[in-house]
Amino acid sequence: MPGAVGDLLVEMDGISKDFPGVHALKECRFDLHRGEVHALVGENGAGKSTLMKILAGVYRRDAGRIRLNGVDVEIPTPRAAQLLGVSIIHQELSLMPNLTAAQNIFIGREPRRRLPFLLDEHALNENARRLFEGLHIKIEPETKVAKLAVAQQQMVEIAKALSHRAEVVIMDEPTAALTETEIDELFRIIRKLRDDGVGVVHISHRLEELKRISDRVTVMRDGQYVATVDTKDATIDQIIRMMVGRTIYEAAPEIPEVVDPNVVLEVQGLSRGRAVRNVSFSLRRGEILGFAGLVGAGRTEVARAVFGADRPDTADIRVHGKAARINSPGDAVRQGIGYLSEDRKRYGLALGMDVEANIVLATLRKFLRSFGRVDVRRTHAAAQQLVERLAIKTPSLRQKVRNLSGGTQQKVVVAKWLTANTEILIFDEPTRGIDVGAKSEIYHLLNELAHQGKAIIMISSELPEILRMSHRIVVMCEGRITGELSGRDATQEQIMTYATMRPPVAKAS
Amino acid sequence: MRIGSIELTPARRTTLMRSDAVQRLLAFAALIVIVVIFSLLSPNFLQFDNVVGILLATAVNGILALGVTFVIISGSIDLSIGTVMTLSSVMTAVFITEWHMPVPVGILAGVATGALAGLVNGTLVAKLKIPSFIATLGMLNVAKGLALVVSGLKPIYFNDTPEFNRAAMGSVVGGVIPGLDIPNLVLVLFGCALVAGLILTTTVLGRFTFAMGSNEEAARLSGVNVDAWKMAVFALAGVFSGIAGVLIGARLNSAQPSLGQGYELDAIAAAVIGGTSLSGGEGSILGTVIGAFIISTLTNGLRILSVPQEWQTVVTGGIVIIAVYLDIVRRRQQQ
Ligand SMILES: Nc1ncnc2c1ncn2[C@@H]1O[C@H](COP(=O)(O)OP(=O)(O)OP(=O)(O)O)[C@@H](O)[C@H]1O
Ligand SMILES: [Mg+2]
Repeated sequence: MPGAVGDLLVEMDGISKDFPGVHALKECRFDLHRGEVHALVGENGAGKSTLMKILAGVYRRDAGRIRLNGVDVEIPTPRAAQLLGVSIIHQELSLMPNLTAAQNIFIGREPRRRLPFLLDEHALNENARRLFEGLHIKIEPETKVAKLAVAQQQMVEIAKALSHRAEVVIMDEPTAALTETEIDELFRIIRKLRDDGVGVVHISHRLEELKRISDRVTVMRDGQYVATVDTKDATIDQIIRMMVGRTIYEAAPEIPEVVDPNVVLEVQGLSRGRAVRNVSFSLRRGEILGFAGLVGAGRTEVARAVFGADRPDTADIRVHGKAARINSPGDAVRQGIGYLSEDRKRYGLALGMDVEANIVLATLRKFLRSFGRVDVRRTHAAAQQLVERLAIKTPSLRQKVRNLSGGTQQKVVVAKWLTANTEILIFDEPTRGIDVGAKSEIYHLLNELAHQGKAIIMISSELPEILRMSHRIVVMCEGRITGELSGRDATQEQIMTYATMRPPVAKAS
Repeated sequence: MRIGSIELTPARRTTLMRSDAVQRLLAFAALIVIVVIFSLLSPNFLQFDNVVGILLATAVNGILALGVTFVIISGSIDLSIGTVMTLSSVMTAVFITEWHMPVPVGILAGVATGALAGLVNGTLVAKLKIPSFIATLGMLNVAKGLALVVSGLKPIYFNDTPEFNRAAMGSVVGGVIPGLDIPNLVLVLFGCALVAGLILTTTVLGRFTFAMGSNEEAARLSGVNVDAWKMAVFALAGVFSGIAGVLIGARLNSAQPSLGQGYELDAIAAAVIGGTSLSGGEGSILGTVIGAFIISTLTNGLRILSVPQEWQTVVTGGIVIIAVYLDIVRRRQQQ
């Protein structure tokens, strides 16, 4: 019976974990019942991922105990966790891009032939195909993961976690890269798991999801356990208050009446293969232009082409009315265009470098002294200022970005482009994986930037965010712009209508 | 289905199917072009004896390249294969000539030496986390030094066991088809290539080789015992170095302790020309074999045309750069 809570599956008690310079977890606890969806929430860096990684055998705990089905266990490796029936979808995609979807799913558990060291590739693909069919995922098992879009990769991760037939399934922000329709599908899967008696841990920053999917919510703050509540007894506001320990001022949309009529960026007839087809739009000073659409609609491709990261087939791009030749990101930056990538790990950050180095990376030129020496004092000051302004949670400016929590990494990307002082900023999913507090800070920041006269393009798959922030909304579907709405009176329904307005050929399916 | 955006267009699939084969096809075409050009420039090039010479030259380098292909796909590098080959041939000679062991025991000793060296490499890289470039650079010198020490700085000849050389340079094929005297050594290359190809594409070891090179952390998080498999990959490369050592000993009828350094670069070049990506996760045995043939054909052809040795080196270096560049261009187009 849905919602019925069975016996105790997982008990974690007194869990502590230190990283150099960080107390990630302090005597934290968590429990999970059979047949429940247990949401785990908290701000960026609260320790959610760390706690779950301990349960999944990625990290060893420093103190505390873990009981599975009432028995004390040690979980020293990911393999041990799998054998104990715990599987996890990691926050950061962890697939092997050169292997196929099927090979990724069954890595380490490949079906064998009669000789046990020989792989049975046919059985492997068949198993994956069946798995995908069961989950209603349309991906060819033989496709290399590198060829899949982010959302598809996420579905592969989900399929992989489910293929273990685990008793405990941990999903660390599985919805961050998915659109509404895909999230619906994921939730359908999660409900089915729950009904089958699986315990599901769901980590998410999209708090409105909690009501839809979870039975209980555990709140963490600063590596500590705050409270566990039944979802139906709590309001989102209460949960937020527990998360941040204060009340967050959720500003109403503050869209200014008039926008400066000066067009700063004009794009005409931008096309690139099948991904972008004859896209035209203009952007004015002080305006936030929202780009809505399903994942894969071609929004990122438009941004990348404008930014010079990909070469368009045809394009007429004008900056301040003058034809701009943008053949590389360097050209774009010189024209005053900045781009914050959706895939921060791949394009946005130098993970092995520290926070300060990342923040000043794109603008190092501004921090030079004679003979090309870097003025460390100024980079330090600039980085420090941004760390404070964006409340970037890091033990120091010297911390490697790799060791920051997912949402904190995203803030570092934002900080990086803020130092660049570019006039046109393209934000691609700027709040993906970012907690409520930081989200409202970023909204605030976007508004402030627009107010200062910057022109902003914001690509987002979160409709409330698009509606709240944009002066105008451009909706894309399958590479084309299918509609333009005024941010004032647009509705979610209108956007969805345009976002699914496929050309007649595809409509049949 | 409801997940409308998660669909795979057929167009994508066709490019995918082409992508891997392209580099190999390109390499093969290049090989044909090279052969045609040289045979036009010199009437001696396609003489049977010369072709056999090319095959012989390919055998040793090709087998080394097989091993290093695994290492490169797994995301590491092995610079020690050349001198480990030398050490293996010296050990074989010590067993056979100095200790008067039967030839098969000597061969085993040579291969085991290679395997052991590979295992040490693997331990340094996987367990002690020494970057493979440094660890195997160290092993390059260790093996080189040991070969000199063990041999007493002098070549060791297989004078008491002429059957050793005969087994390698004789021709089973020639016995069956008179006139086609392809040395057995060459058959060993193809045998090894076949085995290597099967390992890479059909076994667990092969799968994990790609997995580690593709995203080591993801493999680890998936429960793959990355350390152990990495050691296995290096050990396998060592085995191939050992086989190459035995072969070169048999072919020269002696173990030459000062030979070997520089062979690793030709082997790595062969793998890279054949489409193995130095960043890991991509490569094939067929490609590597073609790459090895390209290198030995080029060297041979240039020698026939009396191009000085130093210019031969310049040309092979240039070819490697071109091959890597073409590979990059190909990948960019796929994007
Ligand atoms: N490998 C590591 N080395 C050093 N510090 C780490 C490491 N992993 C996590 N941390 C630190 O531990 C704290 C908790 O991080 P964690 O990733 O668990 O946060 P989170 O709650 O998952 O946040 P988010 O919502 O942003 O994903 C953070 O301060 C982070 O910087
Ligand atoms: Mg996290």
